[in-house]
Amino acid sequence: MIDDLYQETILDHSKRPRNHHPMDDANRRAEGYNPLCGDKLKLYLKMDGDIVQDASFEGAGCAISTASASLMTESLKGKTREEALKLLDKFHELLTTDTPASRDLGKLVVFCGVRDYPARVKCATLAWHTLKSALNNSSDPVTTE
Amino acid sequence: MSALSSAISRGFDVEKVREDFPVLRQKIHGKPLVYLDNAATAQKPVAVIDAIRKFHEVDCANIHRGVHELSQRSTAAYEETRVKSKRFLNARSKSEIVFVRGTTEGINLVASSWGRKNVKPGDEIIISALEHHSNIVPWQMLCEEKEAKLRVIPMNDRGELILEEYEKLLGPRTRMLAVGHISNALGTINPARQMIEMAHRAGALTLIDGAQAAPHVKIDVQALDADFYTFSGHKVFGPTGIGILYGKKKLLEAMPPYQGGGDMIRTVTFEKTTYNELPYKFEAGTPNIAGGIGLGAALDYVNKLGLDHITAYEHELLVYGTKVLSEIPGLRIIGTAREKAAVISFVMEGIHPHDIGTVLDQQGIAVRTGHHCAQPVMDWFHIPATTRASFAFYNTVAEIDALVAGLYRVKEVFDA
Repeated sequence: MIDDLYQETILDHSKRPRNHHPMDDANRRAEGYNPLCGDKLKLYLKMDGDIVQDASFEGAGCAISTASASLMTESLKGKTREEALKLLDKFHELLTTDTPASRDLGKLVVFCGVRDYPARVKCATLAWHTLKSALNNSSDPVTTE
Repeated sequence: MSALSSAISRGFDVEKVREDFPVLRQKIHGKPLVYLDNAATAQKPVAVIDAIRKFHEVDCANIHRGVHELSQRSTAAYEETRVKSKRFLNARSKSEIVFVRGTTEGINLVASSWGRKNVKPGDEIIISALEHHSNIVPWQMLCEEKEAKLRVIPMNDRGELILEEYEKLLGPRTRMLAVGHISNALGTINPARQMIEMAHRAGALTLIDGAQAAPHVKIDVQALDADFYTFSGHKVFGPTGIGILYGKKKLLEAMPPYQGGGDMIRTVTFEKTTYNELPYKFEAGTPNIAGGIGLGAALDYVNKLGLDHITAYEHELLVYGTKVLSEIPGLRIIGTAREKAAVISFVMEGIHPHDIGTVLDQQGIAVRTGHHCAQPVMDWFHIPATTRASFAFYNTVAEIDALVAGLYRVKEVFDA
């Protein structure tokens, strides 16, 4: 059912994305691009040592990619680099395997419906690919391809 | 719909036509399939499927080689498609018909073979703002290699090329005009004949990308006076991996081969190779024989329906579709050319095309969402993507109504 994909939280975050603004004092930036649909995303992180103090993003995409970026930036705050990368793996697992959702995902479990829509997995992971690049401090724009 | 009943009364029975397409008889997510992605690829009639099956079951052999019966049969069937393609395009001679993998390869063949030989530093190639990536990138690569310049004909808000601007781009350095006959992203029908004439006056050659035109309008390369014309089999109800490049004989004769290998040679020694005559000079290696035979069956099928009937019926679908889609609040049609094929690209306020595509798919409706391999077109309209419904002669008014209902469901899901 389509409502399993577009759960209430996803619709809410796609219409009113949180942390949706540029960040002047960010010390990590990365750009993501999904060549399939042309969606572009800029991610900003303010790192305090190893800890993500603040996260925000810019860019307009589909409901799935916008909500994913919004919920991701919310869930990153206060996490260490290692915890953030671990979360990324769990999120990817949620989208691509049948294993039960990890509890660590919190609100991010709303994306569980995406696994039934393989063509949309890239929409949900764009922000996360970009996160990886920001945490690795790579300056090349990442793509979902 | 009085307009539609008029098309039906002229002998176009869409329900009967639909019976020829097995793929249409299925449900997707429990709903009847509504296939509106014809600009990406068209569905195949039984006649095409049967021709390919017959080749594999009964006639399979390599062509142009064996003296045995099967080889002769397969050669005859494959070469018959060359003759059918010559008639389909109204070329002068079958030696002007080159088999390629598709439109993309047709363009690459010309850019590579003709382009490398004839384009010099400072020369100019003209394309248009409407082009598919396949009619941009090969020319860009050529221009980069030859230090030539790529010029682009701009378009207006309707998605029509501005001919006054095109006129200004033409000059003594213009070597080639490469332009689509019909835009895949917007459906604009370009005034190909007039544009070719203008290019010829400036002493330039012309290549027409006919990928979107071949399934929908009658093509006459002599009336157009096109120097090169290319189209894909799979968009004209044939299989993928086969297409046609037409070129004027004297141009093809003067061009060097595109790829080396078997079939394109006359004699080979380690010192020197002499090349085969036209069109085989451009056809290295064992081709897509089954595809070529399938394409022949597809052209027969289209001819049987009659392109005049097809064009008229599809125009009625376009008029009806444009009307009912325009009535949906928040929907904006992108590409409103006065001369237009049955393609409706649109955006909806506050809803991304990918989300529209997914919700429609759940209702059995297949549309294309994205940039349609025409990113410059999207940039021009300041949009990342559109949703595109593209029609074929087997689509119906009822299917357009299903699309409209589907779009209201989209609005419901996103509360827009």
